[in-house]
Amino acid sequence: MGYFSDIYHGIGTLLTGMRVTGKYFINARKGAITQQYPDNRDTLQMFERFRGEVVMPHDENNEHSCTGCQKCELACPNGSIEIIWDRVIDPETGKKKKAIDQHIYHLGMCTQCGLCVDACPSDAIKWAQNFENSVYDRTQLTRILNKPGSKVRAGVEE
Amino acid sequence: MGTATLEPTSIKKGFKSEEYFINMGPQHPATHGVLRLLLTIDGEIIKKVDPDLGYIHRSIEKMCESNSYQQIVHLTDRLDYLSSHINNEAVCLCVENALELEVPERVKVIRTILGELTRIASHTLWWGVMGMDVGAFSSYFYGFRDREMINDIFEETCGARLTMNYNIPGGLMQDIHPNFVKRVKEFIPHFRSKLPEYDRLLTGNIIFQKRTKGVGVLSKEDAINFGASGPVARASGYSCDVRKYHPYSALDKINFTEALDTTGDSFARYKVRIAEMWESLAIIEQLIDNIPEGDHKVATNAVIKLPKGEFYQKVETARGEFGVYIISTGTKNPYRVKFRSPGLSNLSLLNHIAVGGKIGDLVATMATIDIVVPDIDR
Repeated sequence: MGYFSDIYHGIGTLLTGMRVTGKYFINARKGAITQQYPDNRDTLQMFERFRGEVVMPHDENNEHSCTGCQKCELACPNGSIEIIWDRVIDPETGKKKKAIDQHIYHLGMCTQCGLCVDACPSDAIKWAQNFENSVYDRTQLTRILNKPGSKVRAGVEE
Repeated sequence: MGTATLEPTSIKKGFKSEEYFINMGPQHPATHGVLRLLLTIDGEIIKKVDPDLGYIHRSIEKMCESNSYQQIVHLTDRLDYLSSHINNEAVCLCVENALELEVPERVKVIRTILGELTRIASHTLWWGVMGMDVGAFSSYFYGFRDREMINDIFEETCGARLTMNYNIPGGLMQDIHPNFVKRVKEFIPHFRSKLPEYDRLLTGNIIFQKRTKGVGVLSKEDAINFGASGPVARASGYSCDVRKYHPYSALDKINFTEALDTTGDSFARYKVRIAEMWESLAIIEQLIDNIPEGDHKVATNAVIKLPKGEFYQKVETARGEFGVYIISTGTKNPYRVKFRSPGLSNLSLLNHIAVGGKIGDLVATMATIDIVVPDIDR
């Protein structure tokens, strides 16, 4: 190719590319996927399976369904879950039964792999969808999942 | 008059050119992560490239030795994080083969679809970053725009955008989300209309072609000698697609052509990756309409113990051949785990193809080799 036809061809290819960007420049409002975070915080809906942090749901009687079987503690690859448990006497049967004292969750060590929730036989823990997990002090990342004074729901067995 | 005027030619004559070192990285944006390249250069001409590794070594292989087989899977997310789903699949296939566990057809098909979506996501990101490396800024946004749709699919079904950890030995952690098929079917025509845009925007661009054509030429012999795999080897004419030669999951029933080129330069590697995106779309289209019904996993023991022996499984990630080698002594932890990562062998040929070129050419070559540093360092 000659010198001038080279330049002519070169400018042509640049214009072809610019036609693409120009098309989007004119139609900027159609199909834009930019999310105006954090202004859209109130309407931002995460997917229901999104793994933010592990939580333990409690019902209105302050009861959870964690039996203290420690399967989540065993499944965790990083040691993010620690369960402090004791044997208490069941008032109905009079037998000694395992019950959790504290279900400690270290969010700072968690890799959000989901093995603990998968391992839980009584669906006591589940994923919350919040993702704004930054804190000023790392001790705040250690959380006790069972609320104070809570106990295991009647009928939930290992 | 005599010596009063100093002519430029005399300066050139008296100047003794010497080679010198220059560091590229470890935080140079064009090295795609914490990789340090020690360049020996003569002026602008590269004489030698020494990659210096180890900046993000996390001893993942050693960590595997103290983890159970279910727990290893999530560590492989952190190797080549752009093809994390395929890495997970490799470990799961290796464990399943060792246990002689037959997973349901449904699992195989879903794994293949997700693997190809991962490949497209990885290549779209590469395309955007590749454009940026050679000076085109728009491509970055266009690549990320299309990747966003795939990330939404992953987030809805797997629960995460990058470190999915969706495969478990024996199947999948959960069944696919009800919206999965709908979203994939929306994505395919969308991406089919956007891929020609990639060509118009970057492939035909005269500046881009001048930067990549004839740069970093790798011959077929060298590709084989250096153990290259993936698009890097296929651009040199070395047909090495693991999906073709050692099909795994549902790939044995799929018709697709392996993207090949013979030129071996940066532009050929670029074209191979673009062709691979078309092929991945074709593979997904063949599978998405007939996902078989059935369970999403088969039950395994809570504590998986592999039989005594050595097991190897290789898969084709977005960067090439990824292998998992497990030595088991029959306990619940592996005795030794070795990952064969495509990035390391592809990086090893960088010195060979970059010598003699300019620093700018090195950036274009690095971009088309498409290394992910956590995959190399592990």
